[in-house]
Formats: sequence, structure tokens, C-alpha cells
Amino acid sequence: MTEDWLLYEVFIRSRSGLEHKHVGSVHAADARMAIEHARDTYTRRLEGVSIWVVRSSEIVASDPEEAEALFEPARDKIYRHPTFYAIPEEVKNL
Amino acid sequence: MYTQALDSAGAAEPQGDVEEAARLERFQARIDRDEKIEPKDWMPEDYRQALIRQIAQHAHSEVVGMLPEGNWITRAPSLRRKVVLIAKVQDEGGHGMYLYSAAETLGVSRAALIEQLLAGRAKYSSIFNYPTLTWADIGAIGWLVDGAAIMNQIPLCRCSYGPYARAMVRICKEESFHQRQGYELMLTLVRGSAAQRTMAQEALNRWWWPSLMMFGPSDAHSVHTAQSLRWKIKRFSNDELRQKFIDVTVPQAQYLGLTVPDPQLCWDEPAQHFRAGPIDWSEFQAVLAGDGPCNRERLAARREAHEAGRWVREAAAAYAEKHRTARPRPAAEEGGT
Repeated sequence: MTEDWLLYEVFIRSRSGLEHKHVGSVHAADARMAIEHARDTYTRRLEGVSIWVVRSSEIVASDPEEAEALFEPARDKIYRHPTFYAIPEEVKNL
Repeated sequence: MYTQALDSAGAAEPQGDVEEAARLERFQARIDRDEKIEPKDWMPEDYRQALIRQIAQHAHSEVVGMLPEGNWITRAPSLRRKVVLIAKVQDEGGHGMYLYSAAETLGVSRAALIEQLLAGRAKYSSIFNYPTLTWADIGAIGWLVDGAAIMNQIPLCRCSYGPYARAMVRICKEESFHQRQGYELMLTLVRGSAAQRTMAQEALNRWWWPSLMMFGPSDAHSVHTAQSLRWKIKRFSNDELRQKFIDVTVPQAQYLGLTVPDPQLCWDEPAQHFRAGPIDWSEFQAVLAGDGPCNRERLAARREAHEAGRWVREAAAAYAEKHRTARPRPAAEEGGT
């Protein structure tokens, strides 16, 4: 069986002023080819003005099993939101 | 997407039947709440296999689907039709890539999937085993085959597996052009000479029944439907989608002034549906089993393309390797920017 080329994750900036967003992946022999494959695969209709590619093996992801430990502590900290604070209606610009 | 980079967390062996049952129950509860399942989440092995099977078949269909139309690129009757057809065929290739990419997040390699296709061990949509005999077939494929594909694919945008659903959103956005250019092509033919109208009618005659068969066996005989519906991989049954397709397509044929090749087709006023005559499933089974008009030709064309491209892949890999070893990354680059 022929080996696959390296796997790259593709991130596209849809227009200037917006962040790059993950759109999928491509296989390529090197980074330059990954950019070209990403152009052909993900931007046939002006979907982007800039492309990032990154080797998939370089991505470190959190484990869904630890989602509670990571994100649960934020749940009861509602004082981090402005609506937690009662301000009289007549006070303006707050 | 990023499966190959992931560790095996989530795939750990269950401690026992009780724990396995509890995990399955939690998984089904997530599906029932319409939560999306993402690559690293725990999922039952059957769910993973069902998705790999369906996404791979879908990817193969897009790739093989380039062949019947690619056949007409050199003979398109005008420059406009030629650029449109090239763009459409390129889209089909792109759709295949989105889908292989989604399948890979489930832990299968793209090379393995392509190997299965080339070895004749993978299924793809049987519609692509029919020949494109005249230019009108290119119109009929866009209008009917892509029309049926859209009908199938729109509900898949809400599929429970995130990467597949996202690939389908992208695909559906692009498919609409495919269908419209096909219908426009048919419209141009029926407004042309008597010979062109005949050509359009004959194309409809050839593609109508195979298009209806694209929705798969009727619900009573579909092996996978019930489980796929429970897991929200599918959202509607084969027969429901087929009926929807018939209801929207018959009036389109009428507008073209063409006759749907089904003498039993009639309008059911109380139910507000068109009722089609019975489908000849023996033909479907024969094409699926490899005895369609073009099964061997399609696979031979794929194998030839794969082999003919081998030296390019090897050269690119050798070039990349040479540059990796010749120019080690400077240490400063490691620090990030």
C-alpha cells in the first residue's frame, strides 16, 4: 500500500479582519504543497484571503474526558459577567 | 482533521458489561439531546464503523462521479459549457477530499480507503456505473443525479457526527450550482431543434429510474436504516427522501415538456404526492454486484489514474525529503513568532 503524504490541518481567514478558522485537512509532501492543496480544496469560491497549514501531529488537544475538570469551574463564577451586578436604572453609562 | 495526531483516549477498553451499557446509554442520551459527536469523544465501535462505511462510500462516489462527466469535457459544445463542466468535475473531486478528510478523523487512513476502492472491495453509488452516451446526459446528470444527491445530503448536514456534518454543509453549498447548470442545459436543448428535444427526452428516459434507485433499497429491505436513524447519522428513510425527490422533480420535467418514463406515474390528490410505479430492484442489485454497464471501466480508469500519478507522488515525496534533510530548521524558529 502506498503511504499517505503528511497530514496537515487547514485554517482559512475568510476576509481580512477575521481570525483564521479550521476548515479541514489535506495531505501533502511538504508545507508549500499543503498550502496549494488547501487553496484547491477549500477556496474555490473566494472563501479565503489567507491560509495557515499546520502538521496535524503538532496539534495538542484537550481530552473530552477531562472536559469537566477543565471547564466546570467557570460555571459558578457568574460574578465574571456584567449582569451579575444590580445598578439602579437612573445611573447611566455603566 | 486531526485524528492521526490523537492519542487513544476514549478508545479505552470498557471495564465490563455494566460500564459498557452505561457508556452506551450516555452516548445515546447525547445523540437524543442533539449534541454533536466529535472525533475524540467516546463512541460505540459500531457507530464508528457505520460512519466509516457511509463516509467512505460517499467519498468514493464523488471521486468515481468525476468519470462519466469528465468524459465530455473535450466535447462540450461551447467554451461556456466547457468551463462549467470543468468546474463541476473539480468540485466533485473536492467533495471527495472533504469526505476522506472527515473519514480520517475516525481513525482510518486515506491510503487504506483508496486501496479498498482500487481493489474493488469498496462500494460507491451505482449511478456512476451508467454510461454518458450523449451531451444531454450531462444535463440529465446535473438535474437528476445531483438533484437526488442534494435531497440525500441536506439532512446529512444535521448528522450527529460533527466532521461529517460540517463537510456536508460545504458540499451542499456547492451542489446547487451543479443542479441548476444541468437543468439550464436541458432547458436549452428542449428549446432547440426536434433532434435536440429527442436527445433530452432520451436522456431523461435513461437517467430517471437509476436516479430513483440512488436513494437505496426501499425501507422494508434496507439493512442499515433503523440503526442509522437512531444514531441520527440518517434523518429520513430512503423511501421518504425518494418521495420528496419525485414530488419536486416531476413538475420540473413537465416544465421542460418532457415525459417521465413511468406509465404508472400519477398524482395522488388526497395525499398531495406523485405516485411512481414499482422500481425494478433486480437491475439495482445487478449494478451493485458489479454487472452494471460501466463497473469495470470505472475502476479501470481509477486504477490507471492512480498508477499514472505514482511517479509524481514519489517525486514530490523525494523532493520534500531532500529539502528536509538539506535544510535543518534554524533553532530560532522553534521559539515561535
